[in-house]
Amino acid sequence: MRIVKTILFYLLVLVIVVQAVFPFYYAIITSFKSGTAIFQVDYWPTVVSFDNYVRVLSSGSFLRNIVNSLIVATSVVAISLLLAVTASYALSRIPFRGRGLLLVTILSVSMFPQIAVLAGLFEMIRAAGLYNSLFSLIFAYMIFTLPFTVWVLTTFMRDLPVEIEEAAIVDGAGPWTIITKVFLPLLWPALVTTGLLAFISAWNEFLFALTFVSNNDQRTVPVAIALLSGATEFETPWGNIMAASVIVTVPLIVLVLIFQRKIVAGLTAGAVKG
Amino acid sequence: MAGPVSRNSELGRQRVLAAWGFLTPMLLVLALAAGWPLARTIWFSFTDAKLDSLGSAEWVGLLNYLEYLDYGDGDGEYFGLLFDEGWWAAVWNTLRFALISVTLETVFGLIVALVLNASFPGRAIVRAAVLVPWAIPTIVSAKMWAWMMHDQFGILNDIGLRLGLLDAPIAWTASPDTAMVAVIIVDVWKTTPFMALLILAGLQLVPSDIYEAARLDGVHPVKVFFRITLPLIRPAIMVAVIFRALDALRVFDLVYVLTPNNDRTRTMSVFAQENLFQFDKFAYGSAASTLLFVVIALMVLLTITLGRMDLEGNRS
Repeated sequence: MRIVKTILFYLLVLVIVVQAVFPFYYAIITSFKSGTAIFQVDYWPTVVSFDNYVRVLSSGSFLRNIVNSLIVATSVVAISLLLAVTASYALSRIPFRGRGLLLVTILSVSMFPQIAVLAGLFEMIRAAGLYNSLFSLIFAYMIFTLPFTVWVLTTFMRDLPVEIEEAAIVDGAGPWTIITKVFLPLLWPALVTTGLLAFISAWNEFLFALTFVSNNDQRTVPVAIALLSGATEFETPWGNIMAASVIVTVPLIVLVLIFQRKIVAGLTAGAVKG
Repeated sequence: MAGPVSRNSELGRQRVLAAWGFLTPMLLVLALAAGWPLARTIWFSFTDAKLDSLGSAEWVGLLNYLEYLDYGDGDGEYFGLLFDEGWWAAVWNTLRFALISVTLETVFGLIVALVLNASFPGRAIVRAAVLVPWAIPTIVSAKMWAWMMHDQFGILNDIGLRLGLLDAPIAWTASPDTAMVAVIIVDVWKTTPFMALLILAGLQLVPSDIYEAARLDGVHPVKVFFRITLPLIRPAIMVAVIFRALDALRVFDLVYVLTPNNDRTRTMSVFAQENLFQFDKFAYGSAASTLLFVVIALMVLLTITLGRMDLEGNRS
């Protein structure tokens, strides 16, 4: 009976692992196939050819798209962390009237459907002459990265003991000194987590990137992959798409696996601690 | 929470002043990136705005939502979003998608969380593997699965045929009968890890001596699960479900890329985006966006009131 239970348990574990990793595994073995080999369904790697990778990276603007995504995601992380650290200090450590309402507002913005601001943002971006520029995306992405970073950093700072601040206040340190000298050193783990999560969501964003940029050279990676087309309209270049997918996903998976624990902590802080 | 300094002292007043100084840049950015565009979208929904001439948009009242066209002799017809079959199909698609996918994700997430909460050799590897779908960008997942679901060369049909589950290959993403199934499969695959992690966090808060006591009393494990574990982790599950439901109601990218131009899967967000930027019905698309916003805003309000979320961080 015990043996049967153990076997069933490990069978379940096996199913969970296989369903989780198989699609990506299949994308990898597809990306290594060239020519007509791609139309043959194989469960194991049969050939290893880098044709698809060479084609995707040399033709078109895919390398340019990767650089665009890096620029956008890095800027978004830097700006939202900068704005969020000071704001979260105020929200978590200084009692003032209207604090609760402010937090509710910020939380609500993070649940905004992006489509609700799309028309208004489009008008703004075109009026500002930012259509087809990466600045439009850096600005637009604030709507989801900023509330999230503020929220997580606020819950994190709220849990730090009062004493660490008291000594600094007694010594006559102002709020700015307290943030940079007392809190920032303690905040590093939380900053890494929120920064990483903000980076991932900016890297993956699709709706704004599709709407505010129509020029191949300015596109970010998700839109570029979604719009990869073959020689003719009816021929989808699956090999290229899989190679491109593997290129942009491997770094993400590596990052996520390295920072596993921190990411899990950040995700749950963002949701559960509400 | 009381700060280290009283609010009414001189120092306290200085700190409150500093707080607003710290908050202003963040609030300004949010007002510009969220508040103003939202107000403009709502305004556009009451105008006749066109994509090329946003500047000359004129107020038309409720015409985008509801319009009665009188044909004379007592005959007439209603138009507008509220009488648009396409819109209601999109509403229905969105609700169906949200309901089914969130339910499945909760069940599977719970199973995965329970497995990860057990201690067994190799747990770290399983935990890492489970995170993989979450780490993959939605667009990439959509494309990977589109290839696996390909009607001629897809591995899903191959597996189905080999195991005798399918009589003939299925055009998963194109066929009206299976398009929604395809979207739900990919969404469940991609989002179950998120659900599992949130539920796992709840599970780890359950003190282990409760299980120990139940085991000593000889309570059956199934009963332990339904009587002890489930009630204790219900708050964690509820939060996860709410987050996911709000996310599912605004779904855009997965549907747009996996099943383009499909009446059976077009969601509210896709409907709005298409009207705004592809059909040159900017005002109509704004009206659809506004309605979706109202639906989600009501749900958020309901959640915050019902959940009585402790936003000040007071310990009770």
